[in-house]
Amino acid sequence: MTGKPLTAQVVTRLIPEIVHAKNAASSTIGAPTIEEETRAKEALDVPWQVVVHNDPVNLMSYVTMVFQRVFGYPRDKAERHMLEVHHKGRSILWSGMREPAELYVQQLHGYLLLATIEKIS
Amino acid sequence: MEIRRRKNQIEISELDPFLAELLRQIPACASTEGAPAAEQRIFSPPIDGKETELCAEWKVYVEPELRRLFETATQTVGSDLEQLNGNEKSLSNRTLRIPTKHADAWLSALNQARLVIAAKNNFTELELNDHLRSPIGSRRDLSLFQVNFYGFLQEFILREMEF
Repeated sequence: MTGKPLTAQVVTRLIPEIVHAKNAASSTIGAPTIEEETRAKEALDVPWQVVVHNDPVNLMSYVTMVFQRVFGYPRDKAERHMLEVHHKGRSILWSGMREPAELYVQQLHGYLLLATIEKIS
Repeated sequence: MEIRRRKNQIEISELDPFLAELLRQIPACASTEGAPAAEQRIFSPPIDGKETELCAEWKVYVEPELRRLFETATQTVGSDLEQLNGNEKSLSNRTLRIPTKHADAWLSALNQARLVIAAKNNFTELELNDHLRSPIGSRRDLSLFQVNFYGFLQEFILREMEF
């Protein structure tokens, strides 16, 4: 075993190469690339979920129909989610990026379902 | 009362004056005006917790869209219900014909009305599931009957339209 951990050794070895590559890039291309920013934004944006909450007024058949229409789920999958809402009080219908999650919630509110977006913890 | 599908229509026939009146009340019952609890239920927040920015944007951009959507549905239902207007004193049973292309509007308006009535009366889950409740004796009982009657119509429309 050496004094330095393996990662530290690798990083120390790679830093001059990275710096060199960056300098080379800046001399020919210039400003930082947009691609890096987009990746970072997407990484932050991913963990959201659409949750439907129980409501004693909405009919079970109506809720099933809404899940089929909004998410395009087959009837058996839509029914499974409906029953989860009914028995457990909530069901996660979809997860992904924030913007489509908000759009799904908007559609669900259009059908008068109790729906929210949540950040996946 | 009889309800059946006839080609491109849902026909509710032999409607006695009482049920006809309950149907006529759908657009008024769907209104949240003067009922904060109903307003809160129909326009529920899109997120739990402290995301005030999203809630504020939702109020400005999404809620007006939803209001328009709900109003359009109740207007469609209101225009179908004009068939039940006429001589109020007549005891003869009426027939209401709902074009199947209005089915979505009816599902929406019936749902709005049920939610608003339930919110105004603060019905419990137990009350809503008590289908063996005794006949109408109070305003609250009438409201519960209304919620169940509208629910029955919703079920029928859903089944007939094979969503």
